[in-house]
Amino acid sequence: MSAIPGIVAVNTFREAVRDRVLYNLIVFALMMIGASVLVGEISIGISRLVIINLGLSAISLFGLVMAVFIGVGLVYKEMEKRTLYSLLAKPVRRWEFLVGKFGGLLLTLTVNKFFMALGLAAALYYVSREFLRADATVLLAIYFILLELALVTALALFFSCFSSPMLSTLFTLGIYVAGFFSSDIRGIGMVTHSPAMQTTARIISYLLPNFRNFNVMAAASHGDAIPFSLIWQNTAYAALYVALLLIAASAIFSGRNLK
Amino acid sequence: MSTPAIEIEGLTKDYPVGFWRPRMRRSLDHLTLQVEDGEVFGFLGPNGAGKTTTLKVLMSIIFPSSGTARVRGKSIDDVRMHREIGYLPEQPYFYDYLTARELLDYYARLFGFGAADRRERITRFLKRVGLAQAADVQLRKFSKGMLQRVGIAQAILHDPQVIFLDEPMSGLDPVGRREVRDIIHALKREGRTVFFSTHILSDAEMLCDRVGVLVGGKLQGVGAPGDIVSMEVYAMEILFETPAGRPLPSSLAKSAARVGGRHRVEVPEDQLYPVLDELRSCEARILSITPLRPTLEDYFFRLVGRENSTPQPVEVASG
Repeated sequence: MSAIPGIVAVNTFREAVRDRVLYNLIVFALMMIGASVLVGEISIGISRLVIINLGLSAISLFGLVMAVFIGVGLVYKEMEKRTLYSLLAKPVRRWEFLVGKFGGLLLTLTVNKFFMALGLAAALYYVSREFLRADATVLLAIYFILLELALVTALALFFSCFSSPMLSTLFTLGIYVAGFFSSDIRGIGMVTHSPAMQTTARIISYLLPNFRNFNVMAAASHGDAIPFSLIWQNTAYAALYVALLLIAASAIFSGRNLK
Repeated sequence: MSTPAIEIEGLTKDYPVGFWRPRMRRSLDHLTLQVEDGEVFGFLGPNGAGKTTTLKVLMSIIFPSSGTARVRGKSIDDVRMHREIGYLPEQPYFYDYLTARELLDYYARLFGFGAADRRERITRFLKRVGLAQAADVQLRKFSKGMLQRVGIAQAILHDPQVIFLDEPMSGLDPVGRREVRDIIHALKREGRTVFFSTHILSDAEMLCDRVGVLVGGKLQGVGAPGDIVSMEVYAMEILFETPAGRPLPSSLAKSAARVGGRHRVEVPEDQLYPVLDELRSCEARILSITPLRPTLEDYFFRLVGRENSTPQPVEVASG
């Protein structure tokens, strides 16, 4: 097993830290403190609901912005600044570089989400003065957000291997939005009564990443249990999809003439 | 017979130019070249000649349209080849959020060196390129010359046998250039092969065992600087002073140039003694007599001039 992706990943993480990417944690912390104080007047059940919904939405949104905007620049920045030249002259295969860059951003997102989870837990403790069993569902919801972000990062990296950062951003966000409606696309195909349309809609719906399955915010805010099958299904789905995207990205990037 | 350090055979690179109807433009044209082990080889050529393209192909940054290349017997497609080479890109740029020490540590990790080995190498090579004092300064605060030095340090950090340097003197002051020359000399003494591109001909003349001149993507000549430049004297340069008030001999009045209170004249070799006799007759004081030979620069300009005067078919058929 090559150690190179890990070395590249640690350097990518260090870049994010030194570029003050993790400063968004301060905004998140302020938001959580503000929300906790403001909902203090409301009854305890509703305030927990507000804190969980607000916290999870912010975790997801901050993560999405990071995954897309840093993700599309992971390869492009190294090409544009020509830092890739000296790196590729070392015994580094292009796929190792790509996997390392992906791993680095995923590590950054994980650390970011870990501290956000702590912030959310602190806010929940502040409003209820205790940790409830149902809070475990919130942790699972954050885990699902991380899986979703891994997929978005892989998409951004994939597109950035053959298009500009602006186009890559548009493609990634487009797929992200479309991914929430993949089951609806299948439904549209069914109502047309045309076998060709039905097949096309089905193929598109299977090709698009199904982001809706990762959203368990409602269950988390109401303290509903999340079935174990969903945990492993989502994990396997994200792992497989990410692996396929990284393989495709490596195949494209390995044959590309750099500027 | 030992394996050549670098073998390039028929290396060609075509680029598509244009968006709607792309046409292929050739930037490297069937380059065939061999560099022996332990040699310092200078790759000369004007801007746009294809020097950087050649180096990028050798580093697998871009891929050749046709042709092959091997370094120490290994194909350039083989990632193991990269363990044996070092590379300094033209106008290098590195991760500016890292310090020089952190950058070298990052690169040393890619070669799998252990912690103690990395520490020792980094200290040794930073000292060698004169950056020991700036080891813990972020690269964003480095001058161009300092970046060039850290670039050289990362190229030789893993003790490679073959070192490729793309314009290593570019952007350096005279002191910096001297230091880079010393490093190249030292690498040669250690038995390493150095392949460097440059357009500073005096550096090439001073450093290289052999040079190759690339113009318009084509190799125009290869050989030792002394071999490719004719050693034949084409003129003699005489530097002299005349006593105050004494006019110059009439035969030299037109050809001699006044340089800071002295006179300088170039005469054919067979005219040297008659001219000296005339100078003696007017009591001139001879300061120096220097035989003039063509320089590498003359050779270079002759090639470039010939290339520029002949229209080159740069566009090639696609496919």
